[in-house]
Amino acid sequence: MNTLIAISILGVLTLIAEIFNGRKLIVPVAVVGLLGILGYTISPYNAYDFFFNNMMVVDKFSVAFSSLFIVITILLILLSHEFYKDVPSTISDFVAIKIFLLAGAVAMVSFGNLAMFFLGIEILSIALYVLAASKRLDLRSNEAGMKYFLMGCFASGIILFGITLVYGSTGTFDTIAIYQISHSTTFPLWFYIGLVMLLIGMLFKIAAVPFHFWAPDVYEGAPGLTTATMSTFAKIVAMAALFKLITILLPSKLYELDLTIVVVAALSMLVGNIMALRQNNVKRMFAFSGISHAGFMLSTLLISNNSANVLFYYATAYAVAGLAFFAVVLYVTKNKKHETIDAFNGLGKTHPLLALVMTASLLSMAGIPILSGFFAKFFLLNELVQANWLVLVIIAIIASIISVGYYFKIILAMYTKSSEEELPSVPMIYAVVAVLGLIINIGIGLAPSFIYDLLG
Amino acid sequence: MENILQAIGIENYIFLSVMLFCIGAFGVLYRRNAIIMFMSIEIMLNAVNLLLVAFSTLHQDAEGQVFVFFSMAVAAAEVAVGLAILVSIFRNTGSIDIDNLKNLKG
Repeated sequence: MNTLIAISILGVLTLIAEIFNGRKLIVPVAVVGLLGILGYTISPYNAYDFFFNNMMVVDKFSVAFSSLFIVITILLILLSHEFYKDVPSTISDFVAIKIFLLAGAVAMVSFGNLAMFFLGIEILSIALYVLAASKRLDLRSNEAGMKYFLMGCFASGIILFGITLVYGSTGTFDTIAIYQISHSTTFPLWFYIGLVMLLIGMLFKIAAVPFHFWAPDVYEGAPGLTTATMSTFAKIVAMAALFKLITILLPSKLYELDLTIVVVAALSMLVGNIMALRQNNVKRMFAFSGISHAGFMLSTLLISNNSANVLFYYATAYAVAGLAFFAVVLYVTKNKKHETIDAFNGLGKTHPLLALVMTASLLSMAGIPILSGFFAKFFLLNELVQANWLVLVIIAIIASIISVGYYFKIILAMYTKSSEEELPSVPMIYAVVAVLGLIINIGIGLAPSFIYDLLG
Repeated sequence: MENILQAIGIENYIFLSVMLFCIGAFGVLYRRNAIIMFMSIEIMLNAVNLLLVAFSTLHQDAEGQVFVFFSMAVAAAEVAVGLAILVSIFRNTGSIDIDNLKNLKG
């Protein structure tokens, strides 16, 4: 609870810093503040507390995911200092919006009441609409913002309708009360209709097939750092919230729901990876790659034991690899209008370090050993086999093999082709974030139990 | 009869809300004018508000009505952001037709 309050205060402080001419201090203060909040969040690790009439519940799940979100936000804010160098007057807005985004994310994983869940998802979405359209003189950014806004509002309406039907059938918004009611009595059919509408709305937010069509356009048009935020941060937040929602609203396994999730997950993996093969724009390619990873993360809902651990490990591995990937992409495509794969030509010779980071994060997302992405997929598929979903395991393996094809397109461009143009020197902070991402990636790959056993 | 809800029946409230929600949803899907799409989204959200109040009366529980305030505040914030995006589109293209936004595809 205090995490949420501290994050909101920090966000307001960064806005106030603008008034007192503290523009240079904003990024360091925000990072230090977030590090302090991170320590504060982790310290009561085994706590199980309720706040404000059970509006917020702090447990292992929420503490672990909140800490992950804070770490990702720190890396994103580090990147934003360099990314918004051309528009220094607005740096406080961007940093503040990212911090408010984090507040919404924390609310989404520690809600104890559906009202809190709704507020969290709206804080996250509205902040992202602003970020997507933030390059206001660029028509592509406008278009991305508009498309994201319309789709997001539509999904929010469906989620709201779902919450209302759940309320109508149970008579309460409180998740613990709903849990007890859904265990004991029979209730009107509205409950399941509401559950399905909630599921549809959340699938919109995490961009799983067949609700994925907005993602490639929005990711391509939005400014680079916003794409990084949406594809790494927002996706795992929505996935964690959906996971928590399903475990609360649906205590017993429902075969029909499992079947729906299998179909959605399998389609996401296949469609995402096959469509990514024919993309030439890096951001668009990453959007389709993200759709396939959404499919992988969705299939954690099928697992009966250890599912929270598998989801947490997969989310960490995916987010870290994605951040390292985007740190390099932001540098390479800095002054270019379109982010095509040609931009990476010859990077292996001119910038061996960045090329190494890029290769590592791509291989991690494809699932090559010693990198964390391999263990994420290994744990997931292992548990899926034990849950008797062999069909999904086979589809997942086929999808991973397909994915190697387009990840190697970038790697080949970096190491076998030569570049015509000179790239400017590497900004220090991009290299730092990229290397940090690589170190975390290899670190949790070598010692997976550190992350994997967190949720017990 | 003391309660008007019992006289009308909760089913009729649900039918009305679902109908309004569908009108809003089809408005978003079929209309091409951005302002009308925003209005349709508002109709969707207001349909839900109506249903929340009806359920709140059904359960004799104030929580639902409090939730309506949350959802109204959120809807207002959402539309404010949407209109701001629309203004920047209008400055760039000189129109609010959604069909102008066709730069991103592939």
